[in-house]
Amino acid sequence: MKDSFDILVVGAGPAGIAAAVSAAACGKRVGLVDDNPAAGGQIWRSGGEVPDDAQRWIAMLEASSVARLQGWRVFDAPRSGVLHAERGDGECGELCYKNLILATGARERFLPFPGWTLPNVMGAGGLDALVRGGVPIAGKRVVVAGTGPLLLAVAAHLKRHGARIVAVCEQAPLSRLVRFASRLLGEPAKLRQGAEYRIAIRGARYLTGCWIVAAHGRDRVESVRLRQGSKQWDVACDFVGCGFHLVPNIELPALLGCRIDHGFVSVDDSMQTSVPGVYCVGEPTGIGGVELAVLEGEIAGRAAAGRADEARKHAQRRRGKLGFLRALQEVCTLDPQLRSLPTADTRICRCEDVRLVSLDGHNTWRDAKLQTRCGMGPCQGRVCGPATEFLFGWRVESVRPPIFPALVSSLGSACEADGLQQNSAPQGASPAFEKETL
Amino acid sequence: MSDAGRIIALTVNGAAVSVAAGTTVAAAVMIAGALTRRSVAGEPRGPLCGMGICFECRVTIDGIPHQRSCQILCAPGMSVSTAGLPTP
Repeated sequence: MKDSFDILVVGAGPAGIAAAVSAAACGKRVGLVDDNPAAGGQIWRSGGEVPDDAQRWIAMLEASSVARLQGWRVFDAPRSGVLHAERGDGECGELCYKNLILATGARERFLPFPGWTLPNVMGAGGLDALVRGGVPIAGKRVVVAGTGPLLLAVAAHLKRHGARIVAVCEQAPLSRLVRFASRLLGEPAKLRQGAEYRIAIRGARYLTGCWIVAAHGRDRVESVRLRQGSKQWDVACDFVGCGFHLVPNIELPALLGCRIDHGFVSVDDSMQTSVPGVYCVGEPTGIGGVELAVLEGEIAGRAAAGRADEARKHAQRRRGKLGFLRALQEVCTLDPQLRSLPTADTRICRCEDVRLVSLDGHNTWRDAKLQTRCGMGPCQGRVCGPATEFLFGWRVESVRPPIFPALVSSLGSACEADGLQQNSAPQGASPAFEKETL
Repeated sequence: MSDAGRIIALTVNGAAVSVAAGTTVAAAVMIAGALTRRSVAGEPRGPLCGMGICFECRVTIDGIPHQRSCQILCAPGMSVSTAGLPTP
């Protein structure tokens, strides 16, 4: 498959949808590539309740001229103006663009604790996504833990699906949450939403300055041990949703050479990165939530379509919304005590089963990778990288293609239109290949 | 959605499973009582991220290995096999 666009958007979450719809409204030929089965990204994922805003934007997307490539994952940027993507069935695509808008979103930060690898211990957003995908949760006992406003949203949504929320454990202390709430006084919609979530989970224990110290079970989680201050106790549960706020997906922007500053993609007022013609919107530029993401999409869509004046008008509104981003960052600051959760035997790298004790004596991400295989599995360090960043202060230094495991047949020139025949019989992914890419 | 409520029949490790249209393969594996995989040290594993980045949910679908089951919807007649066998 080969296609060309004036503007190509990567990621069909709120920012990507807004960017694609805005650019298409300017008369440009726009492509929207996304690796999920349906548009919406994580926060507007279908299944269960979808907010009004999401329905409105998805309806606009459906009514637009945007060419949609759903279920395609971008794994390489072999040269300027070209991305390579692969579909689950092994088909490969070459996507050409004049301007590119990256809306690659964010993932949860996971922190290792004893038992965190047990089945049914998931991310908070992860559990929510799986329930939206049909995992039965009615009557199940659920502990939601970690940090950030996502915890309450997830708990409220799972409860509406019939889950029994045993406890919501927020690592931040109450004093910081109160300060966060007071900073939201200028944003009544956000305050109201928080209150609604809190009311939805009434009856469940909402614990602050509290976290899971261990999960127990044989083949699945059966209970967790919670700690709050000097108190420690066990609670029985069937599922755990545990996520420590979000980390941006900056692999593709980094591969394209976009300047990264303190872990986020640097952009100007029009959301353009340091690479001319490449824009970045939503969480990769700063974890600011869905409203900011949509606004950034609207700015970049217009700017990439050459409507600088219109983009500038939205840019002023964006500056007014950056306060929430900073408040969010502050409230989600991780308690240093969380660094002592993993024990010697706790798996830090889940792909390669690398235990904490094996990382002793290694001082950098690269050193640990070379000596212990930490971060060398198929997730390419997307899970253990942010964990070791918090635990040891390590930095994931380089990004190399393919940024996701890809079939051997998809790599290099096999993606060219005349090489497509070779892709009809996939011969398995190539775990060996990405293990070689340091 | 026009097909909402439609029932899809597939197999997980040879056992028949029926799910509603729109259900992911990861959910079908969990409904079947199977684990998605075993780790390199043999530990049982299940989905973690729900969004296709952790690779803990990878299974074999219609003979193609390493498919992220949380990103793929069930289809009629699909044959799913996992390294984690059903547990009672």
